[in-house]
Amino acid sequence: MNRVVITGIGIYSCIGKNLEEVKHSLYHGKSGIGIDPERKELGFRSSLTGILEKPVLKEMLNRRQRIGLAEQGEYAYMSTIEAMKMANMDEEFLASQNVGIIFGNDSSAKPCIEAVDTLRIKKDTTLIGSGSIFQSMNSTVTMNLATIFKLKGINFTVSAACASGSHSIGLGYMMIKSGMQDKVICGGAQEVNYHSMGSFDGLGTFSIQEANPAASSRPFDKKRDGLVPSGGAATIIIESLESAKKRGAEILGEIIGYGFSSNGDHISHPNVDGPARSLEMAMEQARVKAADIAYINAHATSTLAGDLNEGKAILQVFGDKQPYLSSTKSMTGHEMWMAGASEVVYSLLMMQNGFIAPNINLQDPDDELKDLNFAFDVVEKDFDLFLSNSFGFGGTNSSLIIKKFD
Amino acid sequence: MNRDEIIEKINGFLVDEFEVEPEVIEPEANLKETLDLDSLDYVDLVVEIESNFGFKVNPEDFVGINTFQDFYDYVIQKAEAA
Repeated sequence: MNRVVITGIGIYSCIGKNLEEVKHSLYHGKSGIGIDPERKELGFRSSLTGILEKPVLKEMLNRRQRIGLAEQGEYAYMSTIEAMKMANMDEEFLASQNVGIIFGNDSSAKPCIEAVDTLRIKKDTTLIGSGSIFQSMNSTVTMNLATIFKLKGINFTVSAACASGSHSIGLGYMMIKSGMQDKVICGGAQEVNYHSMGSFDGLGTFSIQEANPAASSRPFDKKRDGLVPSGGAATIIIESLESAKKRGAEILGEIIGYGFSSNGDHISHPNVDGPARSLEMAMEQARVKAADIAYINAHATSTLAGDLNEGKAILQVFGDKQPYLSSTKSMTGHEMWMAGASEVVYSLLMMQNGFIAPNINLQDPDDELKDLNFAFDVVEKDFDLFLSNSFGFGGTNSSLIIKKFD
Repeated sequence: MNRDEIIEKINGFLVDEFEVEPEVIEPEANLKETLDLDSLDYVDLVVEIESNFGFKVNPEDFVGINTFQDFYDYVIQKAEAA
């Protein structure tokens, strides 16, 4: 079995358009949440959302390369070129090697809706244009990036709701561990628009604390009232230790455990047993004890039941050896399909730079969760092992354990 | 709209949407090679014609079009018939 290491990361999110900006936001507890007035006009319960500037790709990609990219694909292109730079992999390298891509993405609502809008007006399918189909499919990110970078290895998208990004890394890890691939570009991407969020907003699960957007996402806090949708993209380039060493690549971390489970329960209501089994599986595979894990990047999205059940699962698994715990969603909002990948990037930035990002807006945790070891403020701490949880609709759970390379 | 106006409009969308430099557009130049068109791009030519002139053409009609002049003539003929 191959050891699997991380040699490049990249990020494009509402708390920064690159690693440096994101590191600064994480350290200083800066929120990326704001208001989208259009959502209110359309009858959304909540107009809160992560606020992202769209990248300008005209100078970077030709027309045909751009035309099939949906919004989340544009974000993913940006995060991927940043990760490639860090991994010292240029386009010539990618095109000449057997490099794969596995990304998490679970919707591309905007181009689908716009295509049907055009069809209803024009009554002619040709007039939808040639880019729409390549923007509309769930695999839009991988099909476009694989084409742009002329990739030759495995090429597919993982759709697993809000655990998509995490499972993409887990599956890439399995590919490399088993020897089927040497290098895989993993990640997650999430569109940020009203088109994709209306039906979710309708469930009443979004925060409506619109008066103070920066304080609206408050995982584990008693005053939380729901999640704040957000998005962007994160890329994690992983490869076998042998491949990284051969290339002389800088190693950012090693993936040592991937746990997963399905709740076998309600479609949207989380439980305790499913996440606990995912956590335990990852720890068993990584051969680590509770005391070895220094930090948990919680899935906690700021919903009443989800945060409580995750907290209970962590209490159950870690007992009196509670690692530091924070949910970076307090700053980013819920990055959904992207979250499992972005939260690995956030945690790696913390591990590299010797701090634990705060769970901002956490003033008074649930009574049942008082024994968790929350990072209320930024914690200056060198650490070498973290766990990142991601859970999604349908009860899909994913846990990744990553350590500093030694 | 006269012929010159139609040609000006076509050149405008070719420069804006197909990102070709204005100076490479010559009436006798090859349309496909100059614009580096693939089969998907012909769909977008149909979209641009409809959006600029208000009538729909069929992508199959482009088979006999070689030069920019052919393309102008085709659109002018369709515009006159519309």
